[in-house]
Amino acid sequence: MQRTETPTKDSKLNTKNPAKTNVADYRTPTSVRESSNTVSLNLKELWTFHELLYFLVWRDIKVRYKQTALGVAWAILQPFMTMVVFTIFFGKLAKIPTDGVPGPIFYFSALLPWQLFANALTNSSNSLVTNSTLITKVYFPRLIIPLSSTLAGFVDFCIAFLVLIGMMLYYGIVPTPAVILLPLFILFAIVTSLAASLWLSALNVKYRDVRFTLPFLTQIWLFITPIVYPSSLVPEKWRFLYGLNPMAGVVEGFRWAILGKSSGVGPLMIVSVLIVISMLIGGFIYFRRTEKTFADIV
Amino acid sequence: MNKTAISISNIGKEYKIGEKVEYGNLREDLTNFFSNGIKRFVSKNNSINEEEKINGQDYFWSLKDISFDIGRGEIIGIIGRNGAGKSTLLKIIAGITEPTEGRINIYGRIGSLLEVGTGFHQELTGRENIYLNGAILGMRRSEIDGKFDEIVAFSEVEKFIDTPVKFYSTGMRVRLGFSVAAHLEPEILLIDEVLAVGDAAFQKKCLGKLDNVATSEGRTVLFVSHDMTAILALCSRSVLLDNGKISSIGETNTVIEDYSRSTEDLESIPLYLRKDRSGDGSVLATSIQVENKNSSKLIQPSSQLKITVGYRSEIPVQYLSVELTIRDFKNRAAIFNLNSDKSSGLPQSLPPEGKIICTTNSINLTPGRCIVDIRLRKGMHRVDSIGDAGYFDVESENIDGLGSIPTRNNAFYILKNTWSLDKECVT
Repeated sequence: MQRTETPTKDSKLNTKNPAKTNVADYRTPTSVRESSNTVSLNLKELWTFHELLYFLVWRDIKVRYKQTALGVAWAILQPFMTMVVFTIFFGKLAKIPTDGVPGPIFYFSALLPWQLFANALTNSSNSLVTNSTLITKVYFPRLIIPLSSTLAGFVDFCIAFLVLIGMMLYYGIVPTPAVILLPLFILFAIVTSLAASLWLSALNVKYRDVRFTLPFLTQIWLFITPIVYPSSLVPEKWRFLYGLNPMAGVVEGFRWAILGKSSGVGPLMIVSVLIVISMLIGGFIYFRRTEKTFADIV
Repeated sequence: MNKTAISISNIGKEYKIGEKVEYGNLREDLTNFFSNGIKRFVSKNNSINEEEKINGQDYFWSLKDISFDIGRGEIIGIIGRNGAGKSTLLKIIAGITEPTEGRINIYGRIGSLLEVGTGFHQELTGRENIYLNGAILGMRRSEIDGKFDEIVAFSEVEKFIDTPVKFYSTGMRVRLGFSVAAHLEPEILLIDEVLAVGDAAFQKKCLGKLDNVATSEGRTVLFVSHDMTAILALCSRSVLLDNGKISSIGETNTVIEDYSRSTEDLESIPLYLRKDRSGDGSVLATSIQVENKNSSKLIQPSSQLKITVGYRSEIPVQYLSVELTIRDFKNRAAIFNLNSDKSSGLPQSLPPEGKIICTTNSINLTPGRCIVDIRLRKGMHRVDSIGDAGYFDVESENIDGLGSIPTRNNAFYILKNTWSLDKECVT
């Protein structure tokens, strides 16, 4: 669908004095509805709806911990308890090496970007379906829905991040200069989540199979990502291939930025970045292609 | 100067019907994907190709060849039976769904109100929902800030504005939803049937507000409704849709006349030939007859109804239930709902073809026309549904103890009553 919204800067003036509206308006329609196969980025239109994005993120955050006894503490408890379990079983019992970093820090620093990703997948894959009343009743760029679900998880990430800082103080770990690259890796984690969300949310509108695949997909994905083990365990010649899992790049980069200790960031990272970029572009095209039918089939 | 607000040319919308409408079949699509390449897979949803049509998929034009222009500041009514394509047309104009063919040019910022309180969240308070709903309808935050007090005052829920919406009554929710929408200021406003909810007094207030914004602020309004009174009051020009086509367009009076005529014509079309039905079609309603219990055509307030519904199926039918909704012809409000599921008259297993009879107590309805919708179900599964399947007229009658009975404009029902003076107060 081709939509060219030209936002009227002062709508009040226009509605009250329709006669004064630009004559040029008539030559180019404000918007056009027709069947079209072209995929356009239309970022300008997306921007006109940025307040809606803000409100949807705000709604998701506001509603998430309503009627829970522990409230926002869940954002900390989830990764923290997982970290404790990992430390006991993978660290103490299985004795999997942690690159010389204290186990709790090693696991927790990886669990942060991982939870951001896993939560984004779970929330956004179903987001178009749970927001079906919006999709069938109002027009706005559909992209806003998975985008808001992905971003809403970022708040949990920030809260849990404070715990990481606390843990680093406790263990007396001083970050290396690489820490200035941390925002870059956080962005990388968000973009990776978004790329996967675009695919899964659009696919889930048509194939509800996605919902059933997801729990076990995330479980397997957790183990092919270097969370409970360092990527240095992966043989050198396979590491390139290992980077095909973009989360490997995200997690390794994250650890590297915080702890300064990680091996194999180089080629693995490049592969991961390339994969994420192509996943994002592909997901975007698929999403834009199918979004016109969302209202009909959701 | 050109004063067009919306220019619609040759709009058509095709839908798939049949079992596979709602969800895709992953296996089939994957097979297509590998045999026809990526391009086909990606574009499959919007271009329905000939090959698939031959493969036995059913397609249905919900709208076809719709063309008309709407002038700036005009209030246009869109009427027609259920399934005539009214809502689809609004959704296409709003940009919610894409037309299969044709083009619409829109001149001005558009706002759509297809449902009251779209996106309300149960857990959020009234105040929070005003902001959320406003943003969804396309209002800017500063705009909502500026109108907030006005919205709250209009909704009459000031006291509960900081209470979560889940504790609101339905009426309060509707009022709050409509208040937000009423303060929307797009140049073009699309409204679908939203006035059908809420109590009469509030409906009136909303109509007044609508009329006000449209006339004094020169806003273009497209108004879909079954309420002919509201259409007549608001719209100078109207469009009548029938089976996805424009069957009449022009002055509202004339169009409404055409509409009532076409509804009368319905009876001349046998039920089994009607196309405006939904459901899987494994059992079809083939006829309907509404009579007095004594099998005479005369129906009066004291009459007991005998409604006979004919049905047909390929094989014997199990667990069929029939639901009849009797509506007022003029404002479409449901008066009675008769459901065979709720009484135990029908046998579990029915022959492939037959007639089902429903008899009632005295209807006690005021004189006027009523229409009947039929819905057939097998268990929870809807097999056939036809709106306006039949109609009947309630004739006037002398009832003992009632001087003159009220008309349909005053009330639906007749209630016998007596009056007296409280003697103790007489001094």
